[in-house]
Amino acid sequence: MKVLDELDRKTYKNVWTISECTGGAVHPVSYELLGAARKLAAERGCEVWTIALGHGIGARLESLFAYGADKIIAVDDERLRVFNDELECHILERLVKKYRPEIILCAATSRGRALIPRLAGRIRSGLTADCTGLAIDPENGDLLQTRPAFGGNIMATIRSGEYRPQMATVRPRVMPMPEPEVGRMGEIIRETVTPEDALNVKEILGTIGRHEPTVNLTDARIIVAGGRAMKGPEGFKLLEAFADRIGGAVGASRAAVDNGWIAYPHQIGQTGTTVQTDVYIACGISGQIQHLIGMQSCKTIIAIDIDDTTPMMKLADIAVKGDLFEIIPAVMKELDERSGA
Amino acid sequence: MIIVVCVKQVPATTDAKIDPETKRIIREGTKSVLNPFDLYAIEEAIRIREKVGGEVCVLSMGPESAKNVLIEALSMGADRAFLLCGREFAGSDTWATSYALSRAIKTVGGVDLILCGKQAVDGDTAQVGPGIAAQLDLMQAANVSKVEEITSDAVTVSRMTENGFDVLRLKLPALLTVLKDINEPRVPTLKDARKARAAEITVWGSGDIGADPDLIGLNASPTRVVKTEPPAVRNTVTVKLGGEPADAAKALVGEMIGRGLL
Repeated sequence: MKVLDELDRKTYKNVWTISECTGGAVHPVSYELLGAARKLAAERGCEVWTIALGHGIGARLESLFAYGADKIIAVDDERLRVFNDELECHILERLVKKYRPEIILCAATSRGRALIPRLAGRIRSGLTADCTGLAIDPENGDLLQTRPAFGGNIMATIRSGEYRPQMATVRPRVMPMPEPEVGRMGEIIRETVTPEDALNVKEILGTIGRHEPTVNLTDARIIVAGGRAMKGPEGFKLLEAFADRIGGAVGASRAAVDNGWIAYPHQIGQTGTTVQTDVYIACGISGQIQHLIGMQSCKTIIAIDIDDTTPMMKLADIAVKGDLFEIIPAVMKELDERSGA
Repeated sequence: MIIVVCVKQVPATTDAKIDPETKRIIREGTKSVLNPFDLYAIEEAIRIREKVGGEVCVLSMGPESAKNVLIEALSMGADRAFLLCGREFAGSDTWATSYALSRAIKTVGGVDLILCGKQAVDGDTAQVGPGIAAQLDLMQAANVSKVEEITSDAVTVSRMTENGFDVLRLKLPALLTVLKDINEPRVPTLKDARKARAAEITVWGSGDIGADPDLIGLNASPTRVVKTEPPAVRNTVTVKLGGEPADAAKALVGEMIGRGLL
């Protein structure tokens, strides 16, 4: 789609979200996107639609109404069980041309970050990654998208005013979870995978669950992360026990991963995963800039370290000075005592 | 097999400074480096070439100084280097960049495989890889942690997801973006580095790649930065705890419960 004049732009309406239903369950970020979409739709005076692509998702669609969708376009097909970039992009491209949404919000998960730039490339449209703020420009009704750049050292506000749809991705847990409205209903539009959609798409040979203890850093509410001071794989056993006790996931600095103490999927930072959890507990991580830019947007940062002069101890909301091999067991003991165990 | 690796010159993060007046990143005088993720893409391309034969081409878009990152790739063992350079490309967003790089890949000709790093560390968008695949209508896999098998017409890869790995088979030509744990990049010898500095780098303008002038540069970019500002200061006070481990632990649990963190 080329640059549109004002008249053309007006033919695009409604705010869409791309729900995440891979594997058959609705990922919670889908509800967060609906919450953000409702606010934008209220200002634009339009509807919220959500696109649900997956397999065996029928029974789960109603929750999307409860969290704010007015309409759902559902495509339920065996071939959508595992994310297939080309197939999902073909379907979305067709739906966008058919229904002409004004705004599309998608989760910045591994799926969303591969799918949406491909769609933007196909339909020649503006896309802003990992937005932390979304607003409507009161002057012209355009979407204003705010995102961190240069590792969070700067916040940029971006507009893709001349193009429709305006597209943005948002990381899980960045937008607040809205309150569901039980019993709220809407219309389900059923679409199917056409033979053209399925042309020239990759073959999915299989999926493998993690052989390591499961880690999903993007979705975690609490992360307990360890660095060089964990001294070895045994140190991470302690962190695992601590994370289990408080319902968290285990993260690691690059130093710990490079030493082979824990697998790469746990790595946080510039060459690992960027996280924005509610709570980040850094254990013996000094806080090199490459690590900080992967976690400094977490809401509450707790640091435990023997050295209280490190960048991490200075950045932290709560800094605990001491030997983490003494502090962590003491914290677990304290938690047990409080819970009367 | 002809493999193109797309690489980017990025500011060395520790040097990123913001002009207090204009609130913009000061690029002048800051040190630039090869985007860290691209090292793994270059290494993987060389390993594939060593296995099945062929040629590794490295491609970048940027100012003259971006030749430095191409030289780094050549010293690791890439065969040819191309730089898209010119005023007309300036200000390109991810869409316009994907378009220009896809034109260059077409101009190289006969390309079987395109490799990119997972993302560039300055923008962190991860958009240009899938953007190129979209422009060329090729199959793509992002976040590849292993190339399982490659033949003259297909590649089988493992892709890392939040829940594990997917094993995918893509018809060639295809585009992959690779993760850090795919390999361990080699360190070039001094001799290789010297040889690379003497190697020729092909510089192309928009005319050389047959780019539509309406689809490159700032004016063709769908997104526009309208404002930049420093992030909100995250906290003013650090609560400091310490002393006996049992006391520190008690105080920490108290703080966490008080703040509703548990």
